[in-house]
Amino acid sequence: MSIVRKLLVTAAATAALMVGSAHAQETVRIALVAKALGIGFFEAANEGAQEAAKELGNVEVIYTGPTDTTAEGQIEVINSLIAQNVDAIAVSANDTDALVPTLKRAMDRGITVISWDSGVAPEGRQMHLNPSSNQLIGEMCVKMAAEHLPEGGGEVAILSASATHTNQNNWIAEMKKVLPEYPGVNLVTTVYGDDLADKSYREAQGLIQSYPNLKAIIAPTSVGIVAAAQAVTDAGKIGEINVTGLGLPSEMAAHVESGASKSFAIWNPIDLGYAATMIAYNLATGQATAEPGAQISMGRVGTVTLDQNNEGAMAEPFVYDASNIEQFKDIF
Amino acid sequence: MTVASTRPHIPDRLENPWRMALFSWETLLIVVAVAIFIANSLASPYFLNVWSLSDLTFNFTEKGLIALAMALLIVAGEIDLSVAAIIALSSTMMGMAVQAGADTPVLVLIAIGTGLACGIFNGALVTRLGLPSIVVTIGTMSLFRGISYIILGDQAYKGYPAGFAFFGQGYVWWVISFELVLFIVAAFVFGVLLHRTSFGRTIYAIGNNPVAATFSGVPVERVKFILFCLTGLMSGIASICLTSRLASTRPSIAFGWELEVVTMVVLGGVSILGGAGSIPGVVLAAIIMGLVTFGLGLLNVPGIVMSIFTGLLLITVIALPILWNRLRQKGA
Repeated sequence: MSIVRKLLVTAAATAALMVGSAHAQETVRIALVAKALGIGFFEAANEGAQEAAKELGNVEVIYTGPTDTTAEGQIEVINSLIAQNVDAIAVSANDTDALVPTLKRAMDRGITVISWDSGVAPEGRQMHLNPSSNQLIGEMCVKMAAEHLPEGGGEVAILSASATHTNQNNWIAEMKKVLPEYPGVNLVTTVYGDDLADKSYREAQGLIQSYPNLKAIIAPTSVGIVAAAQAVTDAGKIGEINVTGLGLPSEMAAHVESGASKSFAIWNPIDLGYAATMIAYNLATGQATAEPGAQISMGRVGTVTLDQNNEGAMAEPFVYDASNIEQFKDIF
Repeated sequence: MTVASTRPHIPDRLENPWRMALFSWETLLIVVAVAIFIANSLASPYFLNVWSLSDLTFNFTEKGLIALAMALLIVAGEIDLSVAAIIALSSTMMGMAVQAGADTPVLVLIAIGTGLACGIFNGALVTRLGLPSIVVTIGTMSLFRGISYIILGDQAYKGYPAGFAFFGQGYVWWVISFELVLFIVAAFVFGVLLHRTSFGRTIYAIGNNPVAATFSGVPVERVKFILFCLTGLMSGIASICLTSRLASTRPSIAFGWELEVVTMVVLGGVSILGGAGSIPGVVLAAIIMGLVTFGLGLLNVPGIVMSIFTGLLLITVIALPILWNRLRQKGA
C-alpha cells in the first residue's frame, strides 16, 4: 500500500514537472454537490471547480445538487453518484447528521468523501473544508454591524437561513460570543427566512415593524441579506437601518450603491470550489491523507492544515463596500 | 305485454375483461415504466447494476408506504395533507424517547402510536365536526410540524440504537432491503383490503356517492375515520424507516413530502374527486417516480429539470386517456 502511495507521489511529482503528461492518466471524476442548484454562491463554486479541473487536466467535475435545500434530496443525489462510482464526492451538506449513513456507504465503496462550506459530522467524511473559521466570520458580522451603528449603539437583529443549517447556527453562536466586546450592539432577536427570498423578505418586514428602533440587520446568508436590504429599501428606512452580513457582490451591488447596506463580507466562493476540488483530487489520488495535522495543498489558494477533527479553514472573510463593489460585482 | 320483455338487458360486465385490462390505466403505467427502464439502461452505463437498482428503491419506498393508505383515503373522497408533518412529529417523539434511553422495540411502538394518534385527531375533526379534510389537514400539517419545531428548535436528535438502523439501512437478503420488503407486504395488504373485501367496496361506494352509501347502510363516517387512522399509522411506519435511514431527527424531516405522495396517488390513476383507483396503479406510479428520479440523477440532470419532467409526466399521463377517449368518440 505504502509503495503504491510512494509511486503515486512520485508520479504526481513527475507530472508536475512535465506539463501535459497528466492527460495520459485515467480521468478522476469529482462530484461537487451543492445544497441546492440555482444559488449564485454554488454556481460560483462550480466555476472554481472547473478552473481546478482545467489546471489538473485529468479531472472531470460533476456539478450537481437537489432542487431544494433538503437532506432527503441530497441523499438521492449522492445515491446516484455512488451508483456512478465517482472517485470523490465534495458536498456542502443540508444536514450535519442525516447524510452520514449515505456518505459512510460511499466511503465503504472506496469513494473519497469531503465536505466543504456546510459540514458533515466527522464519521461521515474524511475531512471538512471551512471557507473561513466560524469565529472569524461571527466576529466580522458583529464588527461590521457595530461600525455603522449610531453614537451610543442600538438594536440589532439577525435574519438567518433555516434553523437547521449547520453553518449559520455556528456563526450565530460565535456572534453571541463576541457580543460582550461590543457593548453598543444590542441583539434583540433571531428570525429564520429558510433561504427563501419571499419568506426572508417577510421576516425582515416583520423585524422592521416589531422593532421601531432597529438600527441594523445581520443576515449571514446570501438570500437573506438581499431580501433584508430590499425590505429596508421598500420601507424607506435607508440610512436608518443598515443591512450587513454575508452576501454575493453581484446581488448586493445595487444595495451598496443605494446605501441600504454599508458593507458586507464573503469569502470567495470561486476559491472555495477550486480548493475543495484540489483537496478532493489530492485525497482521491492518494497524494495526501486526511488525518489530524495533515497539510493538504489547495493549488493557488495555499495549503490547509487539519485540526484534530480533520477540519481546516481556507481563508478569512473579505469585506466588500462602496470602495470595491464595482470591481467584484461582475465576478460572482 | 309482459314486464320482462321491456326490461333492458344488463350484462354482468360492461366490456370484455381482457379488453378492459388492455386499455386500463395500469397497462399504460406498465408501458411507461418499461419505457423509462429501457431509456435509463440505454442512457447510463451505471443503471443496470443490482446495487443501483437496489438503491433506486429507496427513492420511493417510504413515500410509497404512505401513498398506499392515501390512495384509500382519496378514493373515499377525502385527503390528508398532514402526512409529512406526522413523519416529523413521530420522528421527534422517537428522538425524545432515545434521549430517555428507550430501545428499538419501544421506538417502533412510539412512532406507530404517534402516527395513529395524529390519524385519530385528523379523523375525529373531519368525521365528528364535519369539517372538510383539506382544511383540517392543512391546519394539522402546521400543528404537527410546529410541535416538532417547538421541541427541537435548531437542535437534532441522534444517537439512535444500532439495532434501529436496520429499518432504513438493513437488507433482508442480498440487495433486497427491509424497506422494499415492507413496501411489497404493505402493497399486498392494502391491495387485498381495497379490492377483495367488503370494506374496500364501501370505500368506493363512499367516494362515488356518500349520500347513497349512507342510505345503503354504509357507516360512512366510521369508514372515513378508520382511513384517517390508517394514513396516520402508515405515516408513523414511514417515519421509522426515514428516521432510521437518516440516523437523526430534525424538525424539517420529510419537508414537502405530502405533495409527492399525492402526486404518486394521482399518477397511479386514483381520481382526485374520489370513487376510482387501484392499488396496483399506485404501486406502479411509485416505481415510475423512483425510476425517473434515479435515472435522471444518474445522468446528473439538475434537480429542477427533474421536477419539470415529473410535472410533465403527471400532466401527460392524466391527459393521454382523456385525449384518447375524445379521439375515439370523434372516430365513432
